[in-house]
Amino acid sequence: MDEKTLRVVTRAALEPLPGLLRDRGFTVVGPTIREAAIVYDEIESLADLPIGWTDEQGPGGYRLRRRSDEALFGYNVGPHSWKGRFHPSDVLLFQAQRNGRDVEFTAPPTESPPVALFGARACDLAAVAIQDRVFLGSASIDPIYATRRRGAFVVAVHCTQAGGTCFCESMRTGPRATRGFDLALTELLGAGEHRFLVENASERGAEIADRLASRPASSEDLAAARAGVERARTSMGRKLDTDGIRDLLYRHAESEVWDAVAHRCLSCTNCTMVCPTCFCTTVEDVSDLSREHAERRRLWDSCFTLGFTHLGSGSVRTSTSSRYRHWITHKLASWHDQFGSSGCVGCGRCITWCPVGIDITEEVGRLREAEGSRAP
Amino acid sequence: MPRLPKLAVWKFTSCDGCQLSLLDCEDELLALAGSVRIAHFLEASSAQTRGPYDLSLVEGSITTPADRERIQHVRRISRRLVTIGACATAGGIQALRNFADVEEFARAVYASPEIISTLERSTAIGDHVPVDFELRGCPVDKAQLFEVIRAFLAGRPPAVSAHSVCVECKRNGTVCVMVARGTPCLGPITHAGCGALCPRYARGCYGCFGPMETPNTTSLAAEWERRGVPRRDVLRVLRTFNAAAEPFRRESERHVD
Ligand code: SF4
Ligand code: SF4
Ligand code: SF4
Ligand code: SF4
Repeated sequence: MDEKTLRVVTRAALEPLPGLLRDRGFTVVGPTIREAAIVYDEIESLADLPIGWTDEQGPGGYRLRRRSDEALFGYNVGPHSWKGRFHPSDVLLFQAQRNGRDVEFTAPPTESPPVALFGARACDLAAVAIQDRVFLGSASIDPIYATRRRGAFVVAVHCTQAGGTCFCESMRTGPRATRGFDLALTELLGAGEHRFLVENASERGAEIADRLASRPASSEDLAAARAGVERARTSMGRKLDTDGIRDLLYRHAESEVWDAVAHRCLSCTNCTMVCPTCFCTTVEDVSDLSREHAERRRLWDSCFTLGFTHLGSGSVRTSTSSRYRHWITHKLASWHDQFGSSGCVGCGRCITWCPVGIDITEEVGRLREAEGSRAP
Repeated sequence: MPRLPKLAVWKFTSCDGCQLSLLDCEDELLALAGSVRIAHFLEASSAQTRGPYDLSLVEGSITTPADRERIQHVRRISRRLVTIGACATAGGIQALRNFADVEEFARAVYASPEIISTLERSTAIGDHVPVDFELRGCPVDKAQLFEVIRAFLAGRPPAVSAHSVCVECKRNGTVCVMVARGTPCLGPITHAGCGALCPRYARGCYGCFGPMETPNTTSLAAEWERRGVPRRDVLRVLRTFNAAAEPFRRESERHVD
């Protein structure tokens, strides 16, 4: 980041931003309040943001709370991630129609208007980069993901506070976004006027930033922005010791830790569904009453269902302990071998949205403890 | 024109709600009439065609000696037998009698209890005869009911999943009521099928579709209690339409004081 190019935009002067994106053909998706949470949905203007709200998060718990200010981005990540935008939870793959002795296959149209992610956090951009590798990085490119992802514009927001289940600091993915965006905002509250430090990272980002009334950033603005990110860095609700974590997991293919967690785990799949990097799907084939027409859909699936490992002779992972072990081992260990990074970005969603509050950082802690108690 | 498969719909002890789900499928009914011969469906028509039937849909549980005889006959004249709804798959709400004294119930309800001939327990059809597929729900979901019929016609397994309701919640983008509102929800131990209807309206799941494939009832019940739900209420919520489904029954017994 070149600090000399940073500009400051006041709260009032930021107002046109969603409109500028829409004028350029983007569907603008950002945080908004719905069903007692901050979700990602289409937004019209800044007024749709959760102005003056924050979220309190802990294992198995999430509550909206009023803030004492009018912050636009004074919360962390909610139940949705951007995954649903690029990797839809339910999508038609093809339809088949019988025509006499032939069968005619038609694929649905894949056109999709480009989306602008408004207010993406560092952890989530790290997750998008991981899904890019999964869906676009190998020889087999997923056309559904590719179409939706293509041309997406990203307005990042550097976190200036961390939530009760955040641990991006441990995963080295945040709280400052370092890549994968066109524009990045740091919200400055407190002393002085309500304003935003604006950083552009692409030509199209610069083109839009130029249309917002701004002034050069002063050294006070820069110091306030640095202090904000520092505040987030030092207020992480969770920590994960990643030292040798891949081998730690591999050493514990057998462990009483899995049996203990299986007593609590519901195999409900919530952790995988909310995880911004989990990508697994199943396909469902259905035919109509006339048997002339059939279609195949692709749906989000999870390694916590029995169907996930269903083979001719039944399910491979019948016990909950084997399913939890598989999930955490993939996230923290085999993902490194498969995709060259951790599968966890430290967003904390699996902790918050687990109905019984199972905590991935605690479970790793238990493995380390188990190992410590066995060491000579 | 090829012979159309013969469909029969049978009622045992039940409220007729699941059969009504079939009649409720107005748009699809015409197409259905073109694909199968509806040979026995008293709820819809008094005209009957003799068996055997290619597909029998059975609603209701077994609660009387007469039911017990008749289901054997229905099985004999059915090539495929699919049970529909909580009564047929788990004994239904009337299985609450399984936890009480039926004679006492009969005395309390009927003027002449001696003319009532009833069994001590309400049981699922599958406890009496082999069943080819069980479709859950109180009532069943009409889209799933049609899917079962379509699958039967094509000779393929129905696209009906046995995982939790939570999967449907998340695919819909619904916010979890248990986490975000603290509302007790049976979704994590309940079989999918309704499309997570109640959470969509900010309510907890009531368990209409019975236990999911691997229900950890003990963990969820403990979590509810941790969140302040009285033991008695845990007992009551497990004893509704699927009270006699084994995992719910077992967990409810643990909450009897
Ligand atoms: S994990 Fe980090 S980047 Fe993500 S919301 Fe929390 S503080 Fe922000
Ligand atoms: S494993 Fe949990 S903390 Fe890590 S990225 Fe997935 S949801 Fe976030
Ligand atoms: S860890 Fe929690 S969210 Fe994940 S399957 Fe188990 S109970 Fe559900
Ligand atoms: S609302 Fe109920 S069914 Fe939906 S995810 Fe939460 S616990 Fe599961």
